[in-house]
Amino acid sequence: MGNYLIKMPDVGEGIAEVEIVEWSVAVGDSIEEDDLLCVVMTDKAAVEIPSPVDGQVTWIGPEAGITMAVGADLVRLQVEGQGNIAAGASGDGAENTATEPATKPGADTPQPMPGPEAGANRKQATASVPVSATASAAAPARGIPRPEGEKPIASPAVRQRARDAGIDLRLVHGSGPAHRISHADLDAFITGGILAAVTAGPIADTAVSETRVIGLRRKIAAIMQDTMQRIPHYTYVEEVDVTELEMLRTRMNNERRDDQPKLTMLPFFIRATVKALREFPEMGSRYDDENEIVRQYSAAHIGIATQTPSGLLVPVIRHAETLDIWQSATEIKRLAEAARTGTIGREELSGSNITITSLGPLGGIATTPVINSPEVAIVGINKVAKRPVWKDGGVVPRDIMHLSSSFDHRIIDGWEATQFIQCIKNALECPAMLFMEAR
Amino acid sequence: MDSLACKVLVVGGGPGGYVAAIRAGQLGLDTVIVEADRLGGTCLNRGCIPSKALIQGASSYEEMLSHTGKGHMGICLPSAPVLDLADMVSWKNTVVDKLNQGVAGLLKKAGVKVVNGWATFSDAKTCEVEGEQGSLSISAEYVILANGSSVSALPDIPLGGNVISSTEALNLDGLPDELAIIGAGYIGLELGIAYRKMGAKVTFIEGLERILPLFDKEMTRPIENWLKRHEVEVVCQARAEKVETVNDKPVLFYRDKQGQQRSIAADKVLVTVGRRPNTLGWGLENMCVDMEGSHVKVDKQCRTSMKNVWAIGDLVGEPMLAHKATAQGEMVAEVIAGERREFDARAIPSVCFTEPEIVGVGLSPAEATQQGIETVVGKFPFAAIGKALAMNAGTDGGFVRVTARADNHLVIGMHAVGAHVAELSNQFALALELGTCLEDISGTIHVHPTLGEATMEAALAGLGKAIHA
Repeated sequence: MGNYLIKMPDVGEGIAEVEIVEWSVAVGDSIEEDDLLCVVMTDKAAVEIPSPVDGQVTWIGPEAGITMAVGADLVRLQVEGQGNIAAGASGDGAENTATEPATKPGADTPQPMPGPEAGANRKQATASVPVSATASAAAPARGIPRPEGEKPIASPAVRQRARDAGIDLRLVHGSGPAHRISHADLDAFITGGILAAVTAGPIADTAVSETRVIGLRRKIAAIMQDTMQRIPHYTYVEEVDVTELEMLRTRMNNERRDDQPKLTMLPFFIRATVKALREFPEMGSRYDDENEIVRQYSAAHIGIATQTPSGLLVPVIRHAETLDIWQSATEIKRLAEAARTGTIGREELSGSNITITSLGPLGGIATTPVINSPEVAIVGINKVAKRPVWKDGGVVPRDIMHLSSSFDHRIIDGWEATQFIQCIKNALECPAMLFMEAR
Repeated sequence: MDSLACKVLVVGGGPGGYVAAIRAGQLGLDTVIVEADRLGGTCLNRGCIPSKALIQGASSYEEMLSHTGKGHMGICLPSAPVLDLADMVSWKNTVVDKLNQGVAGLLKKAGVKVVNGWATFSDAKTCEVEGEQGSLSISAEYVILANGSSVSALPDIPLGGNVISSTEALNLDGLPDELAIIGAGYIGLELGIAYRKMGAKVTFIEGLERILPLFDKEMTRPIENWLKRHEVEVVCQARAEKVETVNDKPVLFYRDKQGQQRSIAADKVLVTVGRRPNTLGWGLENMCVDMEGSHVKVDKQCRTSMKNVWAIGDLVGEPMLAHKATAQGEMVAEVIAGERREFDARAIPSVCFTEPEIVGVGLSPAEATQQGIETVVGKFPFAAIGKALAMNAGTDGGFVRVTARADNHLVIGMHAVGAHVAELSNQFALALELGTCLEDISGTIHVHPTLGEATMEAALAGLGKAIHA
């Protein structure tokens, strides 16, 4: 038997640190090669870290939510044959990582005690008794439920006070060692919990649940805050008549081949954007505000803001200018699925130079999109609705859609922004324009 | 016939009844207590207190004997002390009398009316008391039954003459040369050991496998060793069959575990085979109260099945201990006064004043295991406690044992055997009632030099870090 140390692997060029999002193994687990060890978060993508060898986990690195350096100690295993580190020797980072191992090695699973490992096992021997009552008491869920038939642990004075107050102590969380209920715990229950028990009808629910902001959510929070602090947003809302576009879309969907995806509004919109970018290439720029350089791209790498179970992601349709309407629809579908199932690659989540955000049928009347920094423009699609419109001397029903767009006002002036949106509007209102290749 | 109406009627003036009456009186309830004998009940008159007085007397005598002749600890008595059991019994009676008057005084102070006589109930709230002053009919709104218990006898060995119960054993006028005791439970052992100290030859006939079956073997071993060293024979798994009188002396016939009939000639045969609740002869059958086996059935507030009739103490079954009765009596009086009370003791300590003494509170490790609780156990011997050695109390094999849950170190049992350990019982009970953990006990400064240091060390031992072990 040997000890094997797994360090945090290099998950991508230029990435120096990652955040642990979720552990898939615990101390004591037996794992096989390629079993998932943990999921880490880079700047945007979640990356799965597999085990390179078979073995039993004896130590795991920092808890979820902690950021660690690439190359730091991640997991220690006990493996058959020789390991890659000496027994007892700390692979440098082990002792100075952010958190001590919560459970000492061997506390959960009895392990054979082979001779040469005396050094490592001395620590294990002392762990046979819980280190402290509070440590073990912290593990189970708060307060209730207690095991069936177990009496609540409280002093006679606390018990009497509860009795006088008509409180069943079995419902009260004990904060003390072994969940002992103190006067303070009873106070807390009386001020909080008892109201729920005795008041009839709807009552104030004072429950507060705490969720640590980690992983993707933390990333999103940081980016949003940074973006809104740094970039003066100029938001512009315009109305687009998409009646003809809707007629075209319906027809194309009716006549599509089986191998072609169903068309949503989005591929048309991407096409309109590509067209508008040709006239207003500055809208597809990225502004490096630290170095005060604007990089303008000829390509249209269009980010599509996508809601996933873990939060907002922006997969990128690369070189949208090369895709026809069907290819575009296929690519949107593929990226959205990959993003939602978490299988999307890091490179598919970066490199956009303009972003489209759409809430589909929930699109509302107007939104104030936040720019996907360092881009300078984001275009939001609001929902399509039938509205009465004055046209040709009468009121007629038309399919009306709003576009809500934001621009980095440091780089883009209001006039330009308006013209850019007007260009998109014109293309969408006269869909034949979308397919005119006039270079 | 005179009649009397009151709010609370207490029947029985033992440690359950008189405490209930005092509390009820203190709470302003119009209270009457009926007692046929002297106040204080079994505990004060023929149980706890007189036995402790005799045990003290026997121990003093034995100690003085140890100084006779060659001497001991630098103290030498030139001639052996002389024991006069009749004198010791009358000294014991002065102790009982004093406490007796004390109880009467407390009842009076609390405004409780004491009626001397035997109460017989005609229905749940009415009784007739036959006393020296004639009969008196008492009706009450609330009735607290605290009728206590009596010694059990064996059907084939009736009490009388030289066959005595613990009651007579506390009032002998002369020391029996040979004493045969049927039953090696705590009452038999306490009395037998006291008589052995006074010089009697003592033999125990016990039906079960070993002495004090309520305690585990580890706990009773020091007592077994004392009995062996003092040539007290304990015949276990034996069945006492009959007592015949030969030459004016009783001969106890018993069957040993091989089924062989054997006999012991003795001066007295003491029967200590337990106690049973007093449920007969006072009209309990007229009160519509449910029973549970041989005792009255009550809930956790000591309510019987009859409205406003309560029962406490030995009458409601095991454990038949004065301190349980007292706690219940106090509680019931408060419940009647309208307070919210219930009997929810985490542990009822039990103590045997044997040699050495033995204390048990809560679960033993084996009992805990039986309940599926994983335990850690810490044990510490008095042989390593300075105070014990200085008091000649370090060589009896005594120890303190603390049992805690393995997962959170909650203390669930505390036991001790050794000289004077009865005085540790209250700390043990407090620890359990407060829900302490091993760390609480080990983290409490214990006075040096005391026997109680063993408790702290046992807790430390449970945590794997005893200092003096």
